[in-house]
Amino acid sequence: MHYLGTATVKFKQSVLEPQGKAIQLSLHENGYKGIELVRVGKHIEVTLQAESIEEARSNMNQIAEELLYNPVMEVCEIHVEEIQAK
Amino acid sequence: MKAGILTFPGSNCDKDLGNVLREFYGIEVEYLWHTSAFAIEHDLYFVPGGFSYGDYLRSGAMAAKAPSLKSLREASEKGRVITGICNGFQILTEAHLLPGALIRNDSLKHICEWVDLKGEGEFSFLPEDFALPVSHSEGNYLIDPDGLQSLEENQQIILRYRKNPNGSVADIAGIQSANGRIIGLMPHPERAFFPAMDYNQSLPIPGKTFLDRIFARV
Repeated sequence: MHYLGTATVKFKQSVLEPQGKAIQLSLHENGYKGIELVRVGKHIEVTLQAESIEEARSNMNQIAEELLYNPVMEVCEIHVEEIQAK
Repeated sequence: MKAGILTFPGSNCDKDLGNVLREFYGIEVEYLWHTSAFAIEHDLYFVPGGFSYGDYLRSGAMAAKAPSLKSLREASEKGRVITGICNGFQILTEAHLLPGALIRNDSLKHICEWVDLKGEGEFSFLPEDFALPVSHSEGNYLIDPDGLQSLEENQQIILRYRKNPNGSVADIAGIQSANGRIIGLMPHPERAFFPAMDYNQSLPIPGKTFLDRIFARV
């Protein structure tokens, strides 16, 4: 079975996120009203083969913890869904 | 004596470091490319500065998973002295060989300048006017309050900025592991060995003053 795993990696709220800050400044300078906060994160897609969605989810959790995010500064949300083989 | 310098695609301080180790300490230097494990036959190890793997994902994150890091972990278990400088410090934190993480400077700018530093603990012998160069975009040291307390209690903070250039917690510029065998620094001692590198020539050589103390631990 084929699965699409996505990891959404965001900086913790307490951590400075410079790209968002720059975008926010640009929006303000361009006159957009009501913009309160912009935060940029990462969206990482992984296609993988596994016997079941549980196994795919477990594999995604493992690679996320091992490499995709650093819990000292980031948080990570994992989503897994079945996809058709290409 | 023999030093191992780990290198990765994007390392760029490896040659400067090797040159000063050969010229000022008269030791043999071996470069250890990231794709292979290595035998623990060196007296000390360095993880140099640069942009390993282009800083993809996070600074040091990919390098921390390289085959050579498995050997470095083995070297740390055998008590070898390991020093990570700049990107090397980032790699050691990503490999969990040192606590905390290094994030973007709070100024959002790359900093390339000499900074005044204060030595702590075993490094408190450093003179009042001690300085070394820094060059980084991600040198803002981050650790949670419990982690910071543990660093302070175990005297793991070895260098602090006298004027914080990047937002680091507690002005931290350099730390060591609890057993003192693993050292992580944002400043570059290897860039402070020659008068042309713009240090005040009335001082002793700043980079050497610092690295001598690392060698004393070997």
